[in-house]
Amino acid sequence: MPDTLALLANAAGKLTLMGLQLGGRGGTALPGLVALTIDPDLIAALASELAHGVVLVSGTNGKTTTSRMVSDITRASGWAPIHNRAGSNLERGIAGALLSDSSWRGEPSGDIGLFEVDEASLPRVLGRISPRVVLVTNLFRDQLDRYFEIDQLARRIGDAIAKLDRRTTVVLNADDPIVARLGERHAGPVLYFGVDDPTVGGRVPQAISDATRCPRCGAPLRYERVVLAHEGDWSCPSCGLTRPVRDVSARRVALTSVSSELQLRTAVASAFDPVRVPIAGLYNAYNALAALAVARALDIALPTAALAIANFRPAFGRLEQVTVDGRDLRLILVKNPAGFNAAIAALLETDRRPRLLAALNDRDADGRDVSWIWDADFETLAPVVEHAVVTGIRSRDLANRLKYAGVPRDRIEVVDQWGSAIDRAIGAAPQGGEVVVLATYTAMLALRGELARRGHVAPFWED
Amino acid sequence: MDLRIAHLYPDLMSIYGDRGNVLALAQRARWRDIVVEVRAFTTGDRFDGDWPDLWFFGGGQDQGQDIVGADLAGVNGAALKASLASGAAALTICGGYQLLGHEYVPADAPPIPGLGVLDVRTRAGSLRFVGNLVAETPDGLLVGFENHSGRTYLGPNARPLGTVVVGNGNNGEDKTEGAVQGRIVGTYSHGSCLPKNPWLADRLLAWALERRFGPQKLRPLDDREENAASEQAAEVARVRP
Repeated sequence: MPDTLALLANAAGKLTLMGLQLGGRGGTALPGLVALTIDPDLIAALASELAHGVVLVSGTNGKTTTSRMVSDITRASGWAPIHNRAGSNLERGIAGALLSDSSWRGEPSGDIGLFEVDEASLPRVLGRISPRVVLVTNLFRDQLDRYFEIDQLARRIGDAIAKLDRRTTVVLNADDPIVARLGERHAGPVLYFGVDDPTVGGRVPQAISDATRCPRCGAPLRYERVVLAHEGDWSCPSCGLTRPVRDVSARRVALTSVSSELQLRTAVASAFDPVRVPIAGLYNAYNALAALAVARALDIALPTAALAIANFRPAFGRLEQVTVDGRDLRLILVKNPAGFNAAIAALLETDRRPRLLAALNDRDADGRDVSWIWDADFETLAPVVEHAVVTGIRSRDLANRLKYAGVPRDRIEVVDQWGSAIDRAIGAAPQGGEVVVLATYTAMLALRGELARRGHVAPFWED
Repeated sequence: MDLRIAHLYPDLMSIYGDRGNVLALAQRARWRDIVVEVRAFTTGDRFDGDWPDLWFFGGGQDQGQDIVGADLAGVNGAALKASLASGAAALTICGGYQLLGHEYVPADAPPIPGLGVLDVRTRAGSLRFVGNLVAETPDGLLVGFENHSGRTYLGPNARPLGTVVVGNGNNGEDKTEGAVQGRIVGTYSHGSCLPKNPWLADRLLAWALERRFGPQKLRPLDDREENAASEQAAEVARVRP
């Protein structure tokens, strides 16, 4: 049972939560913050009560989708996961999730903790608890006004992993040269996942160059194949650093407009059908591979995991589909160039001429620096854009970006109010047509809020 | 007419969307029917200093900046220096701006010499300046986003590019932002800088074309989108620095 201080912190957090709920408010960080102020070790104290331990999911992109996949997988094997809500992936969000799902005596209602951790918070969280599994999906430049430089961030994460208990399994993306190195100094097991289909990806490194240099010696990396941004089949011709051997690997990835199929390259898996991933895009294929690797680290059988993934439903803004007045809206959350390019690639994998509703905000949760839109590959998108409605606090930056990418002026419309922007985008699409909604975090919240007000989607907090 | 743009160390010094500056320069030239070629100049190459009309040098991470500093200390630095002396124009941002000055003085290490073509000196500061940046210049507003811990001070041969209205600029003390010396421009403005500050893009283009084609009067473009982006960003900056 947790010690007195932890119980006190737990109680204080729960009281704060009750107070907020009485006031009709939910989903804030306050309960976790209050509890951690009283006992900074609260997470470890409550987590130690979880029979199957804690899984931490971190990295720049794919945290929410991957941890939801892992959540479904653990539930399919009869476990009861405690999960922090999307977007609350700082330490206080984890504490908040744990205490709201624990009794006053500090006994959690679930048996496994499944926590998304913001990559900048990961070193600190790793210093506080001893997880059973740590997954790092990828590291891209993201909101540099907050995280600054990626090399520095990788160093801090690597240092924290080096200090982990040897019983922790570290799960890493072998195709990301920055991430692949993070497990080097870990005394315990490391599992790697990656894509080994020679037909997937091209030879030319994409414009975002977080890792075209060797993370060990600084020499230019050689890519046999670039899958997404700096993920691919890489090696360093100078110091000899190479991609680690993949424990979970897709030897074939078949993509359609709504899903993908992964043929796994393991001796056992060859006996099974391909894993069906019911959301589009290569980046979601990576998310599924990451989830399968975590399942293996948790000793969950592949058929159980594969079935859970086949039945997966996407989260807020992750290719969620909404029908409004006979038009399909596909909601895609974008927050950095790598995520944006992955979304664009998914759009272009199938032949279409998208109509866009694009929304750019610059609040803290979006990243205050909108420079990233110039690293995103709008040039690939521009020639096929049928029509674009642009909105948000920084709508004019986005309209200007589309102009420089080569979208003709008469196809770009700037519309200031969220509701009007939705109306305009729907009005411009034919009956039965599709509108692709690309929005940053708070812009997506606002657009989704407007859709909820009109009864098209459930409010976010029921998600 | 044609224009040659050299993108310096794009694999090491291109952060915070600095690539957008090259896109803006190239598009604004193409919209005026000027043929544009952009070439990457990076480590392992031997720089042909005669080729570029215009150099673009962006910001980088620490690792990148170390490698680039070492490269510029050799023949490539000499080629760049000779090119700038013979009339090529340059836009340098953040780390690139610092590296073209006399020196960078870290907090607890000996000074690192720069190329010395801009009369500026930079020392490390403790607090990082991160936020919206607006400066007034004789040609219009300079609007962008700064993200640096270096404090840059101008010597007598460099003029400030502008006067800070929102943010910190060169050093957070003397209200100066950026530097201009001959045809070399340095600034802390990411954003990307040029797409929202078309007057600066056009000034650089005119300088660059002058090298091989003599003084140029550029055809004006319809800058509605650029100006709208600048106005909106400046408005946001005034409310949320």
